[in-house]
Amino acid sequence: MNIHEYQGKEILKAYGVSVPRGRVAFSVEEAVRAAEELGGRAVVKAQIHAGGRGKAGGVKVAKSLEQVREYAGQLLGSTLVTHQTGPEGKVVNRLLIEELTDIQKEYYIGLVVDRGSGRVVMMASEEGGTEIEEVAAKTPEKIVKEMIDPAVGLLPFQARKLAYAIHIPKPLVDKAVQFMSGLYRAFVDKDCSVAEINPLVVTGDGNVLALDAKLNFDANGLFRHTELLELRDPNEEDPREQQAAKFGLSYIALDGNIGCMVNGAGLAMATMDIIKYYGGEPANFLDVGGGASTEKVSEAFKIILQDDKVKGILVNIFGGIMKCDVIANGVVEAARQLGLDRPLVVRLEGTNVDLGKKILAESGLKIVPADSMADAAEKIVSLVQ
Amino acid sequence: MSILVDRNTKVVTQGITGATGLFHTKQALEYGTRVVAGVTPGKGGTTVEGVPVFDTVAEAVRETGANASVIYVPPAFAADAVMEAADAGVELVICITEGIPVLDMVKVKRYLEGRKTRLIGPNCPGVITPGQCKIGIMPGYIHRPGHVGVVSRSGTLTYEAVHQLSTRGIGQSTAVGIGGDPVNGTNFIDVLKMFNDDPDTHAVVMIGEIGGTAEEEAAEWIKANMTKPVAGFIAGATAPPALTSSSWVRRLPGGRYTLPIDKRRMPRP
Repeated sequence: MNIHEYQGKEILKAYGVSVPRGRVAFSVEEAVRAAEELGGRAVVKAQIHAGGRGKAGGVKVAKSLEQVREYAGQLLGSTLVTHQTGPEGKVVNRLLIEELTDIQKEYYIGLVVDRGSGRVVMMASEEGGTEIEEVAAKTPEKIVKEMIDPAVGLLPFQARKLAYAIHIPKPLVDKAVQFMSGLYRAFVDKDCSVAEINPLVVTGDGNVLALDAKLNFDANGLFRHTELLELRDPNEEDPREQQAAKFGLSYIALDGNIGCMVNGAGLAMATMDIIKYYGGEPANFLDVGGGASTEKVSEAFKIILQDDKVKGILVNIFGGIMKCDVIANGVVEAARQLGLDRPLVVRLEGTNVDLGKKILAESGLKIVPADSMADAAEKIVSLVQ
Repeated sequence: MSILVDRNTKVVTQGITGATGLFHTKQALEYGTRVVAGVTPGKGGTTVEGVPVFDTVAEAVRETGANASVIYVPPAFAADAVMEAADAGVELVICITEGIPVLDMVKVKRYLEGRKTRLIGPNCPGVITPGQCKIGIMPGYIHRPGHVGVVSRSGTLTYEAVHQLSTRGIGQSTAVGIGGDPVNGTNFIDVLKMFNDDPDTHAVVMIGEIGGTAEEEAAEWIKANMTKPVAGFIAGATAPPALTSSSWVRRLPGGRYTLPIDKRRMPRP
């Protein structure tokens, strides 16, 4: 789950991580009032869940209240297209009005979970302000890392090593260490999957500040952080993906015309691969997960049918923890409720497979059975052509 | 022979009284797995399907000599369950639970360092040696005894691979689902080593998926060390950017990123 920059900064502040003074604004008037509190001059920053805002014109420095009014008016309601938003861009509904910072130098600090070692790793670089992928590709030696032992957490000496390695001015190393310790505590306390401060800046008056903050949270950890759920911005999420998430389904809309419903992410991707192999294009990725109920399957089916691009549907279920009769009942129920107006190919295998097939056959609905993945893909591709 | 589990494996089911634990315990018993104990805190002293239930894993091990555990407890309690089994000296812990917070697994991995316990999973279908021992949620009937080892990150894709082998008359020595979570107990290379050393395994099918670099590392290991043929498949090769590189979230440290997969580095079967 992603949150906005201003929300991330509020969380970090509570952990002793220094951030510039600032306030969120939902209207031009609020923006002007916030800037007044900061003395009239301010940075006006568009709040969307995507990086690359600066280059796209989403961050403006206002030297007066008139300029704040002007920039806020321009940005609010506008659509910002960055390299992370896709060509359709994202609408700006919130602004962060922040004090101007006297930047001496920019750095990068990030925390992620490293798959190989199974540890949280802190990465630092003196190439702040640039995307870390770019730094990794061009000058990997400029990224330094410390693996963190979860039993003791980020140790002060590790933070010092990083601070020296990226050449934080020596009088400010202690402040940088405090900054990193706070960032790590926030990461662990809130079950983050990624925390990225890019840039971290050293200021003319001797401060170490997070000029930007990206926090992403582990979806599996959200059950113990109800406070984070309130930070969700529905405008940032695809409505179908939200609807799917409510029922514990993973759904991602794609550009093709074959709707897919599969159990398991791996099988779902393999199903998409085989649809493409037979010359078709999947309209979505949809993993119904393990332990689905009839209701869950029926919801999944509704979400697929709501997409007008969908010309046909392929259901590919290999039941393990999931029983084929449950899937069959869900499919039949949804098809009856919504009226099945498009070709449907169903491939079932696994626990209670015979019962599942029987339910489909006796439903009276026009369902095309398939015996294997390849058979199913071939059939649905020919049916939508 | 086989790897990890066989007819002598004695299993304790953690979370045996929950709906999932109960369903799959029945299935395991029907398959012939020696389920010797169950654990649910507070339900000690009862029996389920003729299997004695204990309050703690330590007690279950002491009373029944269980040497493998399977975990069906909800995500919030699963990490604790793994560590309890390790503390009780269980050699093999198979964690089926899906949805465990990643940072819980970071702790588990640290806790297991220096202990003799091997963890498979979490978020995996389990381990089966056809005809001998089934631990997990895979449908037993699709398997048949034989000489091909199967190792996979993806649950249902493991069933697909096994099913396609069986319908062609090719049996399996052992099928291992290592799970798709970012932090897990056992990786491809661990399992490949075991298959390499198992005289009863003559070839291996390895199923990967996009995300991470585990497949590439396994491919390097296979090239250098494997004496048996390995056939590999990676799901998601045609996945569009929406699934793979939509955001900075999927980035990994070390300058090695999730895509593109270098398919040429997978060895030829």
